Amino acid sequence: MRLTAAELACHRGGRDVFSGVSFAVGAGEALTITGRNGAGKSSLLRLVAGLVRPTAGRLQFEGGDPEFSIAEQAHYLGHQDAVKPSLSVGENLAFWAAFFDAGPIKVRDALEAMGLGGIAALPAAYLSAGQRRRLSIARLIAAKRPIWLLDEPTSTLDAAAQERLADLMRSHMAEGGLILAATHGSLGLVGAHELRLGDRDPEPVSVAPAEAERRS
Amino acid sequence: MTPLGALLLRDMRIAVRVGGGALMGVLFFLVVVTLTTFAVGPDLVLLKRIGPAILWLGALLASLLALDRLFASDHEDGSLDLILTGRAPLELVVATKGVAHWLTTALPLVLAAPLLGLLLNLDAPAEAGLMLTLLVGTPALTFIGLIGAAIAVTLRRGGLLLAIIVLPLTVPVLIFGVAAANAAVSGPMPFGIPFTVECALTLASLVVGPFAAAAALRLEKE
Amino acid sequence: MTLTDLANPTRFLRVADAAIPWLTGATALVFAYAINRAILAPDDYQQGATVKIMFLHVPSAWLGMLCWGLMTVAALGTLVWRHPLADVTAKAAAPIGAAFTLLCLVTGALWGRPEWGTYWVWDARLTSELILFLLYLGVIALWRTVEDPSRAARAVAILTLVGAIDLPIIKFSVDWWNTLHQGTSVFRLGGSTIDPSILVPLLAMAVAFTLLFVTLLLAAMRNEILRRRVRTLHLMKASAAS
Repeated sequence: MRLTAAELACHRGGRDVFSGVSFAVGAGEALTITGRNGAGKSSLLRLVAGLVRPTAGRLQFEGGDPEFSIAEQAHYLGHQDAVKPSLSVGENLAFWAAFFDAGPIKVRDALEAMGLGGIAALPAAYLSAGQRRRLSIARLIAAKRPIWLLDEPTSTLDAAAQERLADLMRSHMAEGGLILAATHGSLGLVGAHELRLGDRDPEPVSVAPAEAERRS
Repeated sequence: MTPLGALLLRDMRIAVRVGGGALMGVLFFLVVVTLTTFAVGPDLVLLKRIGPAILWLGALLASLLALDRLFASDHEDGSLDLILTGRAPLELVVATKGVAHWLTTALPLVLAAPLLGLLLNLDAPAEAGLMLTLLVGTPALTFIGLIGAAIAVTLRRGGLLLAIIVLPLTVPVLIFGVAAANAAVSGPMPFGIPFTVECALTLASLVVGPFAAAAALRLEKE
Repeated sequence: MTLTDLANPTRFLRVADAAIPWLTGATALVFAYAINRAILAPDDYQQGATVKIMFLHVPSAWLGMLCWGLMTVAALGTLVWRHPLADVTAKAAAPIGAAFTLLCLVTGALWGRPEWGTYWVWDARLTSELILFLLYLGVIALWRTVEDPSRAARAVAILTLVGAIDLPIIKFSVDWWNTLHQGTSVFRLGGSTIDPSILVPLLAMAVAFTLLFVTLLLAAMRNEILRRRVRTLHLMKASAAS
């Protein structure tokens, strides 16, 4: 499986957010997207998730399921957590698991993996921001999809939860999945390529894996 | 559980648990009918004649109430983004939300209408005709409303715009619904003619509504 | 034991737990007596036995209004005196009062059909009673919409105080306007105009209804206090689970 992007450009809110962005991510690999605020990290992820239309460029996913679009084979974890306060923790996750056609994967196990097993029956209105984030992340393991698009996934998470997330990302990659993650800080991933958006240099940034800096 | 089944169950659960649930729509319906009576005056003969129209208008406005939250609440917490990455066809997703809205908002109105009809001095054939026309017509109101809800989802004052968009589209349903309800009581037209047209309008809206609403949601992708 | 002693929810729960069984028994006894007297009361020369709907209709009207009066006092308790149990009382009372008001409207409609030939007329008394019912529903809806009970309490208190204007309107509507509804016959300055054979069962039913109201209210208040404790436990569990 390989996700390739060639010369992607995005125009939002009347301005050019980025242009000429190219990358390639293969199975078991991760790409961290960095850059200052407003550089277009979120827009790029939303573009891959099919929520924003590219004004130029091409996006291709080789080796995936030909019946589904890229968005339909990706999990998008945005800034918002998509948690309904009037449902319980378990009901929230069970809905997403069923909606994404999860099959026999146990909602309970996904909650346990994110440390929410004890409060499955709690109405989600009582959750803190960090707990809501963890519930949102639990969605990624409750239903299996090869591509993970994570927009600042560690925001509102404490150190223990960040470690848990890093474990999840590592196992996802070990199973052959790919990850694109926008982040300000380190995600604890070894061997991830980096795509830097919006440098001072007015030339559009494009990074191919062979030339990428290897960050440890 | 299938994806669409899970969505239906979730939407119905939320509708019942949040705020007053089905109570709110019925309460608004009751208030509208009462207010109309204050405005029109207590002449029972007059109320009996325009009763079906008052009830139809009340049902229309009350079912419009919950429509602007239909997509907006999902949009606000990021659920709509995720729903758009689902594998179920968007038209079916939208139709499912429409069904949930009808079951939780419109159906209680249909069930409450006969009781309100008593307040307006309607007799048994009028009540029966009214209930039947509402039962058949309210799905049209919901599914046409889907279109406005989808168009207005990203807007802040969405509620008002929604009403302005949707209400003109519901005029045919209103006309034939009231005509059928009236025909059930007095002549000259037999009940069947306007009722058949109303059924046709509803069937058409069941198809056009989801397609148009899904198109609107897709167009809203920047 | 004074009102201020009962302000402590825990103490209230103890008192309620002790009182409710006795109140239930008393309610059942008084109802038995009242229904017995009602059955024995003479039929009306015009209406026949239909007139006995009055024994349900009139007390439920009184209780519907009494309940709103209690809610008004509770509203003042919330806003002015900040009594801790005031909003619990108000929240528990609303559905009970709504039920009594609905019973009044329904029994009235069933009585009106054979009497006046119609289930409903838009005259002053019926309309103001319907408005009371709408106000109850509005208060119930407001309780359920605002998440936090103490914020809801203040909003509901204001609505309750405003709605209280309906009570004198209902009472005096038959005097102020030409209505189809029967004029005042019980609580009049010159004394009641009803024959004792009807008045006694009527008052007995009223006492029974009042006891029923008190019993239901205490039970509902107990439930509300327990509900809030569950909510607090949920909040504690959520913050502990991090």
